[in-house]
Amino acid sequence: MTATTAPTTAHGDGHSHGDAPHAHGGGHYTSLGLDSRKIAIWTFIGSECMLFASLISTYLIYKGRSPEGPFPHETWTNPMTGEVFKPILNIPVTSASTFVLLMSSLAMVLALAAVQNRHVPKVTTGQKILGSSKLWLWMTCLLGIGFLGCQAYEFTSFIHEGLTIRTNLFGSSFFTLTGFHGAHVTAGVIWLFTLLAIDYKRGLQPEDATIVDIAALYWHFVDVVWIAIFTLVYLIK
Amino acid sequence: MATIAAAPPYTDVRPQAVDNSVWSWLTTVDHKRIGALYLVSALFFFIVGGLEAAVMRAQLMRPNGTVVSAEMFSQLFTMHGTTMVFLAIMPLSAAFFNFLIPLQIGARDVAFPRLNAFSYWVYVLGGLFISFPILFGLAPDGGWFGYAPLSTKAYSPQINMDFWVLGLQILGISSLAAAFNFITTVINMRAPGMSMMRMPIFTWMSFVVQFLVALAFPVITVALVFLQFDRFFGTNFYTIAKGADPLLWQHLFWVFGHPEVYILILPAFGLVSEVLPTFSRKPLFGYPVMVYSGILIGFLGFGVWAHHMFSVGMGPIADAVFSLTTMLIAIPTGVKIFNWIATLWGGQIRFTVAMKFGVALVGMFTMGGISGVMHSSPPADLQQTDTYFVVAHFHYVLFGGSMFGLFAGLYYYFPKFTGRFLSEKIGEWHFWLTLLGMNLTFFPMHFSGLLGMPRRVYQYDAGQGLELFNMMSTMGTLVLMFGTLFLVINLFKSWKGGEPASSNPWGAATLEWTIPSPPPDYNFAELPQVKSRYPLWNMKGGEKLVHETTYAEEKGRHIPTAKELGIVMPNPSIWPLVCAFGLIVMFSGLLFMDTKLMVAIATMLTGSAIWIGSLYKWLLTPLEDHH
Repeated sequence: MTATTAPTTAHGDGHSHGDAPHAHGGGHYTSLGLDSRKIAIWTFIGSECMLFASLISTYLIYKGRSPEGPFPHETWTNPMTGEVFKPILNIPVTSASTFVLLMSSLAMVLALAAVQNRHVPKVTTGQKILGSSKLWLWMTCLLGIGFLGCQAYEFTSFIHEGLTIRTNLFGSSFFTLTGFHGAHVTAGVIWLFTLLAIDYKRGLQPEDATIVDIAALYWHFVDVVWIAIFTLVYLIK
Repeated sequence: MATIAAAPPYTDVRPQAVDNSVWSWLTTVDHKRIGALYLVSALFFFIVGGLEAAVMRAQLMRPNGTVVSAEMFSQLFTMHGTTMVFLAIMPLSAAFFNFLIPLQIGARDVAFPRLNAFSYWVYVLGGLFISFPILFGLAPDGGWFGYAPLSTKAYSPQINMDFWVLGLQILGISSLAAAFNFITTVINMRAPGMSMMRMPIFTWMSFVVQFLVALAFPVITVALVFLQFDRFFGTNFYTIAKGADPLLWQHLFWVFGHPEVYILILPAFGLVSEVLPTFSRKPLFGYPVMVYSGILIGFLGFGVWAHHMFSVGMGPIADAVFSLTTMLIAIPTGVKIFNWIATLWGGQIRFTVAMKFGVALVGMFTMGGISGVMHSSPPADLQQTDTYFVVAHFHYVLFGGSMFGLFAGLYYYFPKFTGRFLSEKIGEWHFWLTLLGMNLTFFPMHFSGLLGMPRRVYQYDAGQGLELFNMMSTMGTLVLMFGTLFLVINLFKSWKGGEPASSNPWGAATLEWTIPSPPPDYNFAELPQVKSRYPLWNMKGGEKLVHETTYAEEKGRHIPTAKELGIVMPNPSIWPLVCAFGLIVMFSGLLFMDTKLMVAIATMLTGSAIWIGSLYKWLLTPLEDHH
């Protein structure tokens, strides 16, 4: 054990004993020198991993257990009516919507960079386009909405083909899993629109980079989850 | 050097005039006040849960009891478990997290003070939501682990289980928000020099617990979402005829449920690890090993869940694996027991009430731990599962463990919370009656259980050798009630008229004892500079010098206000409370789903509007005024 002193005794200023870096999160001392909101969003994402892990595991455990169709990858004939159901998943449409969502992550990266480099002078048209946070935030939102539009199309066409959340085990686990993901995308779009509103009101400054950064982390996370869902639900038969 | 370098500079017990209006409590974002709110609410629910148990014991006192109906009995055992786990022990731990973590790491508050208030309000409103129905005989009745398909509409068509499903979902939000907050606080708000391996052990154990909450609660959230969808929207997650797996709920629930056990016990372990060193005047034996074993318990806690399910027939391989991991987890737990004993060894022991509860934990928890290891063997478990033997086991670990640890912490920290001691004299009565009552209640359950008495039965026949043991358990409950009465009296008497306490009345070693009792709103006038694990003990050259202060020497000293010191304090805010209220309204809407669809939708939309609106209001208002 080392020798000690009473910690609250006057040491003059609190800056001289630099065991840890002295940095800022909203003007306050933090142990890591990181903004606390950034640590919080990472813990939140860790927790969300368990949420989606549980949803995806349930989907996989229930895969192939349902005695009645329609099924994702196989044709099914209803023994009562003789009606034939094709494999229900529409891979081409979902591949396109996956691409849209991936591109939204790119737009998000550019939006964050634009906010961070707000004060860097922009000369060429290319620099001006890349430096417009409003443009890239709009882009992210619209691509997100595009993805949600594809999901809405997918859901309605499934319902028309005779698969609802109540129909069978596949319907329940599929709609719940992808619906939860869609709800996360929706929350993300609302979050991004809020940032856009701030941008229009007073302009997002480099000091605001943290609030854009945590929104971006969330957005990328939701995107990564979709890659897992797309692979496990759509691509693997 | 007679004592440590210098006395803490600000020491007085009576704080400045404090705003105690109801509004100030509704809008508070001060971690100490939120801790106090948690403490009072959790003790209230502890008494409610205790009374539910008392009615059950009255029913079981004699064979074929007729105090309550079978239906009411089901509601009682469901609510007793749910209340004690989610509304009493977890929030009692949360009271200590709130009060102590910022003080122990040398911070002015938690990382997100308003989120902290939000956690509290969601907890207390959710607690009322789930508890109220029992007054109308509509309380949840499917057991505290609500096994599906038993808890689906097909088998529980009434509104009772709706309250449970929605209530737990609400309480999960509270715990998760708190977990994100405290993880961030511990990682990012430590004072200069407070490295991870200098953190007080209570903060360490709480830190581990927050990870368990953050990773285990999403799993029960998903299980509850499935149940909610099955009940309200007609999905098939737990419909066996549609091909569902009858074990899905059990797996998801226990993946959450077993870490939950450590969520309940680790904070108590942390508190005892603070109490034992102080009253032995010795540093905690094997501090690093205590930290590592806590982390290991948390880690292994995710790998033992299926030992709750040996009787469902998972097959020899699964049984063997979960049996081994269960035996394995006994090792870090045993390490802790021995480290506590080694801490006591050769110390200058003072048997205060806090110390008595602490030492009793070591004994009682060990007994619960030993019956727990018995369950790790599947053949033995098949004999014991769902009998009173299991009830005896988990009451030894949860009452003899968690509650004793929390009581120890309460007696130890009450002077820091309030500036006044709890009475040792009344505390003695509380301790001895609780120890006696606990053993009288739960020890005989080992025997009634091994004789084959199933848990959760509302009646049993005479002539099976169960009469004596049940009578003993009921008498024990009576003793426990008297013991708790002494606690209540003690709290009321000491709150206003207790003996005033100094900043460090026990001669303890950690940062929270360097500041006045009760602490001023800003906690530390200056961020402390931490140079060792025991900042208030000078242990150079094997010489132990303790800075113990008395009230007389501190009386009358001036404690400056935050304003005088130029410290900017967070502004109070009502929005966390409004936001929590909106969430409850939104969830309540689902209750009308079957009967009045339009009312349900209107309620949910109103609730959503309230919580989303107040969330925006809260996020767009800065925490502090500009300085």
